[in-house]
Amino acid sequence: MTDHQKLAEAGDYNFAYLDEQTKRMIRRAILKGLAVPGYQVPFASREMPMPYGWGTGGVQVTAATLTPDDTLKVIDQGADDTTNAVSIRKFFQRTAGVATTEETQKASVIQTRHRIPEATLSEDQVLVYQVPIPEPLRFLEPRETETRKMHSLEEYGLMHVKLYEDISQHGDIATSYAYPVKVEDRYVMDPSPIPKFDNPKLEMAAIQLFGAGREQRIYAVPPYTRVVSLDFEDYPFEASKADHACDLCAAEDSYLDEVILDDAGSRMFVCSDTDYCRSRRAAGHVGRLGETGQPAEAGQSGEAGQSEKTGQSEKTGEEAA
Amino acid sequence: MMAPQVGEQDMTPLLQVNGLTKMYGARIGCRDVSFDLYPGEVMGIVGESGSGKSTLLNAMAGHHAPDRGEVIFDTRADGPQDTLKMSEPERRMLGRTDWAFVHQHARDGLRMSVSAGGNIGERLMAVGGRHYGEIRAQAADWLGRVEISDSRIDDRPSAFSGGMQQRLQIARNLVTGPRLVFMDEPTGGLDVSVQARLLDLLRGLVREMGLSAIIVTHDLAVVRLLADRLMVMKDGHVVESGLTDQVLDDPQHAYTQLLVSSVLQV
Repeated sequence: MTDHQKLAEAGDYNFAYLDEQTKRMIRRAILKGLAVPGYQVPFASREMPMPYGWGTGGVQVTAATLTPDDTLKVIDQGADDTTNAVSIRKFFQRTAGVATTEETQKASVIQTRHRIPEATLSEDQVLVYQVPIPEPLRFLEPRETETRKMHSLEEYGLMHVKLYEDISQHGDIATSYAYPVKVEDRYVMDPSPIPKFDNPKLEMAAIQLFGAGREQRIYAVPPYTRVVSLDFEDYPFEASKADHACDLCAAEDSYLDEVILDDAGSRMFVCSDTDYCRSRRAAGHVGRLGETGQPAEAGQSGEAGQSEKTGQSEKTGEEAA
Repeated sequence: MMAPQVGEQDMTPLLQVNGLTKMYGARIGCRDVSFDLYPGEVMGIVGESGSGKSTLLNAMAGHHAPDRGEVIFDTRADGPQDTLKMSEPERRMLGRTDWAFVHQHARDGLRMSVSAGGNIGERLMAVGGRHYGEIRAQAADWLGRVEISDSRIDDRPSAFSGGMQQRLQIARNLVTGPRLVFMDEPTGGLDVSVQARLLDLLRGLVREMGLSAIIVTHDLAVVRLLADRLMVMKDGHVVESGLTDQVLDDPQHAYTQLLVSSVLQV
């Protein structure tokens, strides 16, 4: 008897924690979000058994999306084995009893914090993002009434003021994550704090759902929707990454985390997508540091896994909601 | 300094205000204000604090909805239109193209966390400017026109003096080449020498660009210098109006007489 069945029999939890009426409410918001791509749909966000900033929005969207047949993958900054990913995966193992996986291709629902998986997603997959601040105009215009009006009237000049400021201060567009996009030529949207390297991947075959728990907003990008990163004619958008190859799997096309190895300044670059890295190493690709010390598998969960947590704690200033 | 003469060609007023009334509950904000403003003309509105000057200005500029009346603006595309009956997107579009609003406190009209160049560029980007180099060149040009050094283009307005902030606000408003400028006490809170420079600058810009302007102030010297015509308000009503020199030199209404005689002579 699985944990889920035990819980269900005891009458403690409904499937996937939330009660059916709540899921119904969330699904309505999701459907509305899909019908109006990029529009932030307000929803009655529930208290979840985790603090705001740990993915309460994403968890609610996932809970409303899951069916007992689904296979769930949870990633945090691309990694399957960091705290946030592990605890959310366990949460759904326990409350929904669904199968889980770390392999991107085998998952039907993927909840993510701040990354899009490297592997191309397909039409039968759903990608759920955890969003801290859904309003792309928030730091430019603090009034909610005003930002809503700006969205409804398509007044997005202010967004370019931010990019202008970037160029005037840094010489180029220095915004490197949560890079604003325009969806289907209508709504300007915050793609959650994914690196701008991931922005071109927002035009994909899978359904993308964004949940912001504390801010009580859900928005969505349907499959094959046009998503354009904002830029200037003379300073076009550029999907940037560290100019290295992965030190474990030698991949040159994946987004990399920089890991400090010691106090002497040595460092390594590793794929932030752990599943991508593992599958490449399983296929025989070896990077600069891939063979030193432990075998590949241990290297990932030991040394690199440890370091990645360090890398993550540096980044948690930008919390997911 | 000539107001357009009656009988000249093209005498469609740029702005026609008819019976504009704004109440705050039972209290009067402004009542039954009517006037015409012709292209290139500068209208001054004077009166003491609480006389309804700013209420009138905000009602005309669409910042709050008046209770009665019409504000008819001669739009470029469709001729005279009642701006109060326009849809909000149309009115806001007008507000960032053909209209400009200079606030008394520069802080209300500027984005204090954005550089001077970004402040000037905002209206350009709002109407579709997407070329960084061109936006920056225009910002630099306008900084020059309001006598701020190019080297301050990346400084935030919070690093500017009060007078510079006010000049920056004017540059930010005029960059899209508006035809009508609303000004609410543009020289308020500035010391007299800075006021004089600002007035000089404004007079130059108004003449050079052929702007029409409505200037609200309690400072008679400002209207003497800038305005072709004058309206005197008291308790929400217009008590006297006419050519500036005529009203100031030969005031008819008791309140205007009081106002003119209250000015300290140095």
